[in-house]
Amino acid sequence: MKFDAQDCILVGKYRIAPTIYDFRLKNPELASITAPGQFAHILIPGKTLRRPISVCDVEDDVIRVVFEVRGEGTAILSEFKVGDTVNIIAPLGRGFDIPKDKKIIFVGGGIGVPPMLYSAKTAGNSCIVINGFRDKSAVILTEDFKGIGCTLIETTDNGSYGIHGFVTGPLAEVIDGADMVCACGPTPMLKNIAKMAKEHAKECFVSLEQRMACGVGACLGCAVGIKKEDGSVTYKHVCKNGPVFNAEEVAW
Amino acid sequence: MADLSVNIAGVEFNNPIIAASGTIGFGHEYGELYPLSVFGGISCKGTTLQERPGNPPPRIAETPMGMLNAVGLQNPGVEHFVNVELPWLKKQNTVVIANAAGSTEEDYCKITEILSDSDVDMIELNISCPNVKKGGAQFGTSPESVEKITSAVRKHCTKPLIIKLSPNVADIASVALAAESAGADAVSLINTLTGMRIDINTRRPVIKNVTGGMSGPAVFPVAVRMVYQVKKAVKIPVIGLGGITTWQDAIEMIIAGADAIQIGTVLFTDPYAPIRISEGIQGWMDTHGIASIRELTATVEI
Repeated sequence: MKFDAQDCILVGKYRIAPTIYDFRLKNPELASITAPGQFAHILIPGKTLRRPISVCDVEDDVIRVVFEVRGEGTAILSEFKVGDTVNIIAPLGRGFDIPKDKKIIFVGGGIGVPPMLYSAKTAGNSCIVINGFRDKSAVILTEDFKGIGCTLIETTDNGSYGIHGFVTGPLAEVIDGADMVCACGPTPMLKNIAKMAKEHAKECFVSLEQRMACGVGACLGCAVGIKKEDGSVTYKHVCKNGPVFNAEEVAW
Repeated sequence: MADLSVNIAGVEFNNPIIAASGTIGFGHEYGELYPLSVFGGISCKGTTLQERPGNPPPRIAETPMGMLNAVGLQNPGVEHFVNVELPWLKKQNTVVIANAAGSTEEDYCKITEILSDSDVDMIELNISCPNVKKGGAQFGTSPESVEKITSAVRKHCTKPLIIKLSPNVADIASVALAAESAGADAVSLINTLTGMRIDINTRRPVIKNVTGGMSGPAVFPVAVRMVYQVKKAVKIPVIGLGGITTWQDAIEMIIAGADAIQIGTVLFTDPYAPIRISEGIQGWMDTHGIASIRELTATVEI
């Protein structure tokens, strides 16, 4: 089985920032096959389309997802109560390949931070994690990242917490010591990180977002422009070919 | 156990549930979840003579009880379909319907010729795609244009020919009649309704293509009405689709006039919908002592 649509039990629910929720979804079968950077496609009662949410972590038989309330769908999701059943299609997509013998820097921006946790945990304590947030109220998962023993650097755009500025500031200082950069966050951030990685001749993988329908690669809705060898642009799909792409391939 | 099998234009289907074109690709993804034989048939992703990259993103928007899409017929081209996808599909124990699209009458005739020489069981002519700049829906919006393209294609088509109709017309029955008189073996309806969403903060359309095709539960009553009108007008089989979500919807569509149905958008909400719907139909028929699904078609009492 590569993926399945199954019910999970919501065994833990935490509001970890004013608009950000941390859900623990128990499903031993799906948890056992979920890899870093993959996502779960969550059924929203009363909505035609599911919501794709990246997997933040997997602990034993529990898949952890952290999401921000951005619209009606995520608002409905945030109303679920512990003990409720949540239907997900998971695990979906191609996540981060994490070679054990490479020094990796993980960079997360805003709600792009959660998928970095499982990824960094898999990479082990030699990795560096740089997480950027809008301001102090949006800072999440600090203790979780500290718990995996990585080197953690945090920034806020307005300087209300951690280093003042964007993630690219501290990234520029440490990138030369790494082999590879893995990033998830807003497109302008990813674009800048991709540029910096290229300048420093480092491999760079980015996790992308797009409006999505089926989640499994059937409908071709969640297109992303990918450069072909001849320079022309073709479309691949966030749900099946991604969400993680080699930054060099992306037609930004 | 009630008999769910149907016969559309001489082709036997194990059950009346067909996957709608564009929602299941060439079957591989949902084939990970269950054997594709849960479907009576599969209408494959709209295929053109040459590979098409499709439209720039975003291609998807949610709507109340539905969605818009403007994928723009992204597909690998008919040669790939026939050589790579078809041999695998033919082993899945389900009726394989090729969905053929084009930009010119010549394209439609050529692709029909190629598909007629292949192992596909049926050809569904997509003259109702609202998301491509050239061709697509322009062939499907008047009885005259439908008659013209259907007769042209008919000359090149040796397979059972289904014409997929657009709901974006004034009188769906006259369009269906035109298809029938020009030699169609069946009609399928409805394709998507053209819609649009705007982000009020950016004042830009949500979909890059500006407009998209609307599908999902919201369009179901429109589809029921059109299937009812078409069934009264034509003698050829009618395949009903548009927003079918539950087994009750499927039965309602059949009572309205459908000989078979297609499901599409519901797969995105519930990938297991074909199994849920066929079990539901089966149970309802057994409860009501209906021996064959064929007895149900067009039994609406007015």
